[in-house]
Amino acid sequence: MNYWPLLGIAVVVFGFALRLNPALVVVVAGIASGLLAGLSIPDLLALLGRSFVSNRALLILVLTLPTIGLLERAGLRERAHAWIAGMRRLTFARLLIAYLALRQILSTFGLNNIAGHPQTVRPLLAPMAEAAAAKIDPELAEGERERVKALAAGTDNVGLFFGEDVFIAFGGVLLIQAFFSQHGIELDPRSIAIWALPTAIAAFVIHALRILWFQRKLRRAVDARAGREANAAD
Amino acid sequence: MLRIEYVYWLCGALLLAASGFDLAARRYAPAAFWAIVAGCFFAADAVEAAAKVGNSLPAQLAGASVIALGLIAGSGALTRRAVTDEDNERRRASAERLRNWLFAPALAIPLVTLLLALAIPYLTFGGISVFDSRQPALIALGTACVISALAAMRLTRARPMTALHESSRLLDALSWAALLPMLLAMLGAVFAATGVGDAVAHLVSAAIPTQSRDACVLAYALGMALFTMIMGNAFAAFPVMTAGIGLPLLIGEHHAHAAVVGALGMLCGYCGTLVTPMAANFNVVPAVLLELRDPNGVIRAQWPTAVILFAANVILLDWLAFR
Repeated sequence: MNYWPLLGIAVVVFGFALRLNPALVVVVAGIASGLLAGLSIPDLLALLGRSFVSNRALLILVLTLPTIGLLERAGLRERAHAWIAGMRRLTFARLLIAYLALRQILSTFGLNNIAGHPQTVRPLLAPMAEAAAAKIDPELAEGERERVKALAAGTDNVGLFFGEDVFIAFGGVLLIQAFFSQHGIELDPRSIAIWALPTAIAAFVIHALRILWFQRKLRRAVDARAGREANAAD
Repeated sequence: MLRIEYVYWLCGALLLAASGFDLAARRYAPAAFWAIVAGCFFAADAVEAAAKVGNSLPAQLAGASVIALGLIAGSGALTRRAVTDEDNERRRASAERLRNWLFAPALAIPLVTLLLALAIPYLTFGGISVFDSRQPALIALGTACVISALAAMRLTRARPMTALHESSRLLDALSWAALLPMLLAMLGAVFAATGVGDAVAHLVSAAIPTQSRDACVLAYALGMALFTMIMGNAFAAFPVMTAGIGLPLLIGEHHAHAAVVGALGMLCGYCGTLVTPMAANFNVVPAVLLELRDPNGVIRAQWPTAVILFAANVILLDWLAFR
């Protein structure tokens, strides 16, 4: 077995660790791994080019940008902020947990593309989460604001990942079925999808608890500050 | 018939527009960068068609473009522009005027996608389907984006030029990060073609005590998570790890249920996806989109969920696969 192409992985690890430009690191890793596997330069170029263009569906987020850009220019994020600020009963945790549940249920039915970072998180969920957090702590520090936005993005990821595997026509389930079929084990897609259900429930519970925990920390920080100010006033 | 290629050509047109705006503003590096990406989008069909008949010259040219893109990104010449413009007053006034109508075009993207995805099989005209049925989800998304862009232009009384200008501004803000998912998927294909996966599976299976069931379960779960972190994609890790450990050891030697091994193995990989910058479209692109100062901010928000869920998956695998 030729172990030399593994150095491509080393290029990725060191490149990311040294904080070199990730796009360059990835291209160099591909070239290194190809050359070490003994590919000729024309073959390597063709492999790079073919696999690059065949994955162009991953850049389809570009199509959402005109809409999102125009709406943001017209104040979409400001409006999302004001809307949440006006809703008394919608707390930070309720907002994110409701989004998590919705995202997970939708992707269970195979509707993965209907939400996402460019479509829903940046224009809607992130400003709403910021507004909801500002209802708890009006003087939200910059670091906390970052963590709020990052948690909103993470909530979208967790909802997507641990919902889609329960959907039988999802690529992942079909990949598992095709793999076992190649190796002489015939499985019904439903029997695969059903075993993703316990993890889907666990993912919801774990992440929802973390959201509640985050909200509790925000509240505690405000209470502690109020306590200090009250002491200072005495 | 609306074909998936039209969706890609539209992407190419938006990329070309970004290149044009950058050129007009004398930002030559991003202008060249987006022009090359747009070229790959327009040439993609030719590359794939030529590769089928054994002509690899177009693919080689595309490969050379990829290297050029990596070099432009690595040269540091792609300075990111600020994502939001400075005109806060105008935006606040406009938000006050349009109120909740502003949500309509944004929500139209997911809702129209949903409706079209459900309706595509039934939309036929004279026996010919209106939409190409090869990739219904992507066509639905593409069409929904066009409809919502028209709605947004009408609502904000903006001209098409303004819409192009806005999308170019956001593209310049994303910069090379927008391209990272494609580049990483390419790297995954290169790793697969050069036998990196088989070498990893070989090393892992040589390192574990195979007679212990728990050791095999842990090795398979950890292998899925770690290899997913390297590849940025659980789909790439699954065939490698399952052929290397899952099939011969868990199913062959210890008689585990194949369906359980498949489902939970894949989900162990997903836990890895939550903690790796290699899964750029989930972890790096959002950090840029949300203007986080910490490029690993999203991963920092996710790792506790990933670790606890991974532990839960290992327990579930050990319990459910050997009943």
